[in-house]
Amino acid sequence: MKGQRLPPQVGEWIDRDQPIPFRFEDERLVGLAGDVISSALWANDVRMTGRSFKYHRPRGAYSMAGHDANTMLSDGVRTNLRGDLTLLQPEMDLHAVNTAGGVKGDRLRLIERFSKLMPVGFYYKAFHKPRWLFPFHERQMRKVAGLGRINPDFESAASPKDYAWCDVLVVGSGPSGLGAARTAAEAGLTVMIVEQEPALGGSLVWQHGRDELARQQRLDHVRALQKHPRVTIRTATTVGGVYADHWIALFDDMRMTKLRARAVVLATGAIEQPAVFGHNDVPGVMLASAAQRLVRHFAIQPFERAVVMAANSHAYEAALDLAQAGVQLAAVVDLRPEGEPSGLAGQVEDTGARILTGSSVFEARRSAGGKTVSGALLCPLDRQGRAEPSKGELMACDGIAVSVGWAPNASVLSQAGVRFRYDQRLQQLVPDELPRGVFVCGRANGVYELSAQWADGSRCGQEAARHLRVLSVDPTPVGSLRDEAPHSHSYPIFPHPDHKDFVDLDEDLHVTDFANAHQEGYDSVELIKRYSTVGMGPSQGKLANVNSVRILARLNGRSIEETGTTTARPFYQPVPLRHLAGRRFHPLRRTAIHDWHAEQGAVFVHAGDWLRPEYYAQDGASREDCVLSEATRVRRQVGLIDLSTLGKLIVQGPDAVAFLERIYTGRFARLAVGKSRYGVVVDESGVLVDDGVLARLGEDEFYATVTSSGAAGQHREMLRWALIWGLEVCIVNATGQLAAMNVAGPASRAVLQSLADVDLSDAELPYQGATRASVAGVEATIMRVGFVGELGYEVHIPCWESDHVWRAILAAGSDYGIAPFGVEAQRLLRLEKGHLIVGHDTDALTHPLEAGMGWAISRKKRFFVGQRSLQVLAERPLKRTLVGIRWPEGFAGDLPEECHLVVDGESIVGRVTSIAHRSTLGYPLGMAFVDPGFSKAGTPLTIRLSDGSTCTAQVAVLPFYDPENLRQQPPTSGDVGT
Amino acid sequence: MKILTCPVNGPRPIQEFAFGGEVRPMSDPADLTDEEWADYVFHRAGEPALKREWWFHIASGTWFIAERDNVTDEIVRTYLWGDR
Repeated sequence: MKGQRLPPQVGEWIDRDQPIPFRFEDERLVGLAGDVISSALWANDVRMTGRSFKYHRPRGAYSMAGHDANTMLSDGVRTNLRGDLTLLQPEMDLHAVNTAGGVKGDRLRLIERFSKLMPVGFYYKAFHKPRWLFPFHERQMRKVAGLGRINPDFESAASPKDYAWCDVLVVGSGPSGLGAARTAAEAGLTVMIVEQEPALGGSLVWQHGRDELARQQRLDHVRALQKHPRVTIRTATTVGGVYADHWIALFDDMRMTKLRARAVVLATGAIEQPAVFGHNDVPGVMLASAAQRLVRHFAIQPFERAVVMAANSHAYEAALDLAQAGVQLAAVVDLRPEGEPSGLAGQVEDTGARILTGSSVFEARRSAGGKTVSGALLCPLDRQGRAEPSKGELMACDGIAVSVGWAPNASVLSQAGVRFRYDQRLQQLVPDELPRGVFVCGRANGVYELSAQWADGSRCGQEAARHLRVLSVDPTPVGSLRDEAPHSHSYPIFPHPDHKDFVDLDEDLHVTDFANAHQEGYDSVELIKRYSTVGMGPSQGKLANVNSVRILARLNGRSIEETGTTTARPFYQPVPLRHLAGRRFHPLRRTAIHDWHAEQGAVFVHAGDWLRPEYYAQDGASREDCVLSEATRVRRQVGLIDLSTLGKLIVQGPDAVAFLERIYTGRFARLAVGKSRYGVVVDESGVLVDDGVLARLGEDEFYATVTSSGAAGQHREMLRWALIWGLEVCIVNATGQLAAMNVAGPASRAVLQSLADVDLSDAELPYQGATRASVAGVEATIMRVGFVGELGYEVHIPCWESDHVWRAILAAGSDYGIAPFGVEAQRLLRLEKGHLIVGHDTDALTHPLEAGMGWAISRKKRFFVGQRSLQVLAERPLKRTLVGIRWPEGFAGDLPEECHLVVDGESIVGRVTSIAHRSTLGYPLGMAFVDPGFSKAGTPLTIRLSDGSTCTAQVAVLPFYDPENLRQQPPTSGDVGT
Repeated sequence: MKILTCPVNGPRPIQEFAFGGEVRPMSDPADLTDEEWADYVFHRAGEPALKREWWFHIASGTWFIAERDNVTDEIVRTYLWGDR
């Protein structure tokens, strides 16, 4: 039989003219184009295709649909290829994943001898104590647990992302899926039909191979869909996950497709369920549907001589398919005492097969080495449905085909929000409540008869069209299409006293494991799942969940309905991570002067989305030297910093004043035109959220700077408040349109005056003055500010002019020794001046009172956001205070970093918020939050450093520099800036 | 990924929006006790209900109200502030 194929089958996938050479476990084999790996192996008479997860038992083809994880392979590059779903490629070099030394002689097969010592929960129990041994145990466990081996040399190519849209997505292309797709398309909708297998047709191909009418109908529908302009067909594609509003992740070999549908028809079919009996995992035991798939898709005769285990009419259909494929039918063993009521029974008997009703396979007999089936022990069932081995009969065979029941392929349905109930008549879950725009048809809906499946598909197509308002029809009632008779046996579980009787093939769980777990108190479906790991293997319980729920229900003496089931989550099948991984896109903003900074050797730092010059590197100078030199230049001469990242808001309108009065804690009603003032914003709980300078440029026009990172959020909140208060005010976020720079230092006036068309003298533009002006020929707003503690002017201009103005100021300042300075020098200068930075010196709970900013809160206003909370806080003692900290001049000991803790013995009494190890004042200084008891000037503070040692700082009065603010006053004598 | 319908710009993917919390009318703070004010500031009602929520369409700067069933996560309708 090796390499031989049956005569051409209707709808077969293989191309007989294209042999595909490949290797499995170093043996040279040949398959055909269109083969999946599992079928190519079976065609070469390779029955043992893998080893089981825990006991390393021989395993082979079982579902031929990817519903089991028996055939998991590595091609040396990719790991955990699923044999049932992966098309055979020329020169594939395949190995089973879970072996030590190959699938045939797997050294770990000996583990099974110790299985009595490895009960359910073995890992939890055995390696719990002593704790210090756990790292050793972990290393051993990692060697044994897990499947496949990662190839560290593998370089993953970026996986493309695809986007798609349709009116109706139809999942599955069996009769109901084809019917739904065609009906929806003919109603005028765009339709995408997704099929996991490489060709359309689903059960029409493998299940109805002897039915000429089914073939005609399939060809008719497939041709109609292929020709239809509104239909897209995606084969070899799975629905991995269903998310909100019909946002659906599709996966094929190449990529993920993010699909948005307006309605979804789920025709996902049903998954044939295994029976539980002794050695029910030996290669040669398989689902009847798997045997049919081997015949119809791949023209492979599955066995020489078979026993069919039956509990529904499908089993008899499968038996007839096997007989047609040349398999000698030894017996059909029917669990039902009454047997098959239809004429199929007679047809089966005509092949010469015996039919044993009210009987079961009790045990599969194994060949020497246990690698294939050599026979089946058939036993009658007693009235309780228990097998009676004493009356058993041994029948020689090399295959056991099992068809005892179905479960709806419900994972995707659950993800879509479908709720189920257990239908006693059908002995399966059926959809009960459907979310809007989701429709279920076919076997997933409990509809089994072929003509009813076509009708059910059309019904869903119509319902989708009605939902999308292109059709108004009365749909056929669902119930009338569902079957009356069960297609699933209620308890196809026949525990074996001596041999393994597997419930979950992925995780090697047998009936005793459930009994033990239950005895230990894991009596709910969610608990037993996590304790025993049932359903947690690669096939996610597709073949295990139903039987495990049945066992648990019986152990608890409850119904299936009461027992419930676990939650299905994405993904339906394992998905390569590269399909999920996105490319690393980070928003990045550069100021308009960025290139100049880069040319001048700026070292950039990330500030929110922005890149800002931290400092300008100089040859041979350390970072600290550069920063200190830039800062010193500002103190003594003049410096220029790019402030384009500042948030910049324009607030205009008749209610602008009233609006700002409610937003800011301070008073702005009496701010004169041409003046600016520092403003603080708190949220409703009184927490300091933003600060900046507000300049009044006109009666109803204000210009406000806000923190770089807070601009978008502050703008958003302002818009909302304006809406709620119904104020006539227009708020524009001009952060991106406007650039800004600060020319600061004793010579700043002289430098800027040479470029400005307005008088910058103290009389005309005093401290906190603001004016419109032309600077280097560019329309600008000039604000006199003191953030760094020196005479300084912020120049705000359109960003497209900023490079020109920047260069003009530098040129004008060359005689005064001007140089650019970065954010690090600015940070030092403002720290010396005692100015806090919101979000740096403050946290998510800081209110202005503890930050020493009570002065910025107006007591005369009737309302501002957060006022009520600040009133409450003002009546309570402060919990902490922001203070200055310093060390003596020339201090040479270790210094803290930001966020180091201030301690008092064992208790934490504060935290360093800012630190400068070197300053223009000659001593280290910083700011810290401390308990109020430690806030008095001169108090020594103990600060714990990273290595656990401590250092001592002293509380200092803020600001460190120019406490009288003399630098902003008109000079009393002499000239400034030379 | 959800779709949210901006009353101005129509249905858009949810990444284009920022959530602004439940609509909670503020009483005149002067009329409230400290406890009532604290209740307004800090407490949120998470019970299953049809919630009125603030949403902001970032690209166009549009604040609006969405009525959302927080049991089914279904957005029942959206409208501009001041509309009913």
